[in-house]
Amino acid sequence: MTRDPVTHAVGEGPVTGGRGRPGKRRPVRRRGGARLRRAGQYAALLAYLVFLAFPFVWLISTAFKPPRELGGLHPGWLPDDPTLANFRQAFDEQPLLRAGLNSFVAAFCAALVAVVLATPMAYVMARRRTVLARAATGWVVVSQAFPFVLVIIPLFLVLRELRLVNSVPGLILVYVVWALPFALWMLVGYVRAVPPELEEAAAVDGAGRARTLVSVVAPLLAPGIVATGLFAFISAWNEFFFALVLLKTPERQTLPVVLTHFIGAEGAADLGPLAAAAFLATLPSLVIFALIQKRITGGMMAGAVKS
Amino acid sequence: MTLAPPTERAERAGPTPGRSRRRPDHGAWFLVLPALIPILVLSVGPLLYGIALAFTDAQSGRTRSTQWIGTLNFRDLLQDTLFWESFRIGLVWAVGVTIPQFVLALGLALLLNERLRLRWLARALAIIPWAMPEVVVGIIWRLVYHPDAGVLNETLRDLGLGDGRDWLTGLATALPAVIVVGIWAGMPQTTVVLLAGLQNTPRELHEAAAMDGAGAWRRFRTVTWPALRPIALAVSALNLIWNFNAFALVYVLTAGGPGGRTRLPMLFAYEEAFRYGQFGYAAAMGCVMVALVAVLLALYLVGRLREGGDR
Repeated sequence: MTRDPVTHAVGEGPVTGGRGRPGKRRPVRRRGGARLRRAGQYAALLAYLVFLAFPFVWLISTAFKPPRELGGLHPGWLPDDPTLANFRQAFDEQPLLRAGLNSFVAAFCAALVAVVLATPMAYVMARRRTVLARAATGWVVVSQAFPFVLVIIPLFLVLRELRLVNSVPGLILVYVVWALPFALWMLVGYVRAVPPELEEAAAVDGAGRARTLVSVVAPLLAPGIVATGLFAFISAWNEFFFALVLLKTPERQTLPVVLTHFIGAEGAADLGPLAAAAFLATLPSLVIFALIQKRITGGMMAGAVKS
Repeated sequence: MTLAPPTERAERAGPTPGRSRRRPDHGAWFLVLPALIPILVLSVGPLLYGIALAFTDAQSGRTRSTQWIGTLNFRDLLQDTLFWESFRIGLVWAVGVTIPQFVLALGLALLLNERLRLRWLARALAIIPWAMPEVVVGIIWRLVYHPDAGVLNETLRDLGLGDGRDWLTGLATALPAVIVVGIWAGMPQTTVVLLAGLQNTPRELHEAAAMDGAGAWRRFRTVTWPALRPIALAVSALNLIWNFNAFALVYVLTAGGPGGRTRLPMLFAYEEAFRYGQFGYAAAMGCVMVALVAVLLALYLVGRLREGGDR
C-alpha cells in the first residue's frame, strides 16, 4: 500500500474529504521508521513462509529417505542419500494404482455430472431473483455448514437398498450432490460476469432463447465452467469421509482411504512408503489447483464480497 | 448488491414478437430441474429421513424391524457423558482453531497486500494446504510430530530442549497438537477471503488517511478494519461451524485418541453409526449438532441484520 512514500507530496494532492482536521496535516516523509517497518514486514513474511512450507518440505524429504535415515534418531532435513525405494515399496504394499483409478473415475464422473446439472440452474439463479433462486442460494450456504453424519446415515441406508454400497457408482452419486452447492456458487459468479445486454442483443437479432444460451452465453461461460469442473474434481479426489463410510473392500476404495491403510494399528506406520504415497496422491490436486487458483480465488472473492 | 430485482416480465421484455406475456416462464423450470431433482432426492430427502431416524431404534445388521421410540434417543443422549465430553472437545477445537487462525490469516493477508518481494512465493505456499487431501495433511503432521523421526522433536533436540515427546499420544498434548494442524490446514481459505476483502477497500481511503498523517495502526483501525468487518465475521462464523464438523484431519492424526481426548463430535457419531451400528442414536447426535449449528447461524444472521443498518 505505501509504495515509496512520495517525498514531494507536501501539502499537495487532492484535498481529501472533510475528515482531515485542519492544521493537522503532516507531510509524509521517508524516515528511518519506514525502513524499519519494511524490515519487520520481511521478517514476518519469512516466519510465515517457514510455517507454511516446512511440513510440505518434510513430506517430500521423508518420501525420498532410505529406511536407515528414517529409523534412527537424528533425521536430517534432507535425505543424505535420496532413493525411490519408498515409492516401490508403497506400490508393493497397497493397491495404489487401483485406488488411483477409482479416485479418478469417481472424481471425473462426479465433476462432469455436477457441472452439467449445475450450469443451467446457476444461470437462472444469477439472472432472476425468484423465490426459487433465493431458496437455492440459502441452501448453498446452509449445506456448507452441515454435519455430514446426519445425511450419510440415511444415504447409506438408501444406497444399501439400491445395492450401491461399496461401489464407485454409489460414491459418484453422493459426490455429485455434495459438489453441487459450491459448483452453483462459483457458476453464479461467472454468469453474473456475462453482460445481459449481449443476450438482449441476440434476442433483438431474432435468436430464440435456446439459441441465445447456446451460442452467446455458453462460449463466454466456458472458462468458468471448466474451472468449476476442475474444482469439483479436486474436491472429490481429496474427499475422505464419504469414501470411508461407503467403500468397504480395498479394490473399491479411493486413494485417501487406501492411504490410511499405511497407518497400522496404534499408529505404527512405515514412514517412508506412507510419505511417498501421500506425496503422489497430492500431485494431481496441486497441479490442477495451480492451473485454476486465480479463478477460484476470484470466484470466492465474488462470493465473499457479495454474500 | 445494487441490482433492483428484475421482475419476471422485465427479464423477458425483449422485443420478441409472437411471445405471449402472460404465460409463466416454463423455460426457467426446464433449466432448474436437472439440478433440483437430485438436490431434493439426495440431499433434502435424506436430511428429513435422517431426522426421522433419530426417533427410531434403527441399527445395522438386525433382523427385527425398526421401531419408533419417540424421544428416547435424545433422553439417552442427555445422559451420555461421553457425548457431552466430545461436544466440549468439539467446541474447544472449533474456537481454538478459528480464532488463532483468523489472527494469523489476517496478518498474512495484510502482508500479501503490501508490495513485497517474494510475495508470489508466499501466495503459492499459502494456497498449498488448500489443494491437498485432508488425509495427506494429517499424514504430513504425523511425520512432523513423530517421536523419533519427526522434525519437531529433532529440532528440540538440536536446540538442547530435551528429548521432546510423543505429541499425538500424550494426554495433555494431543488436543493442542491437533489444533495446530487445524490452524495450518485452514489458513489458505481464510487468508484468501480476507485478502479479497482488503483488496476491495478503496485505495483512496488509505491514501487520504495517509495524507492526514495517520500512522499504520490508526489507518488499520479506522479504514481497514471497518471495511473488513462484515467479511471477517462471515468467515469466522463459517469457520467455527466447519471446524466443529471436522472429521478427516483428526481421524488420521489421532483417530480420537488418546483416551478420547481428541474425539470430536463427528468422530463420535461416526463410531456410533458405523462401528457399533447404532444408526438411530447417531442420527440423534447429528440432530443435536445441527441444532447447535443452527443457533450459531442464527446468531450470526442477527448480527448481520444489526450491522445492516449502516450499510
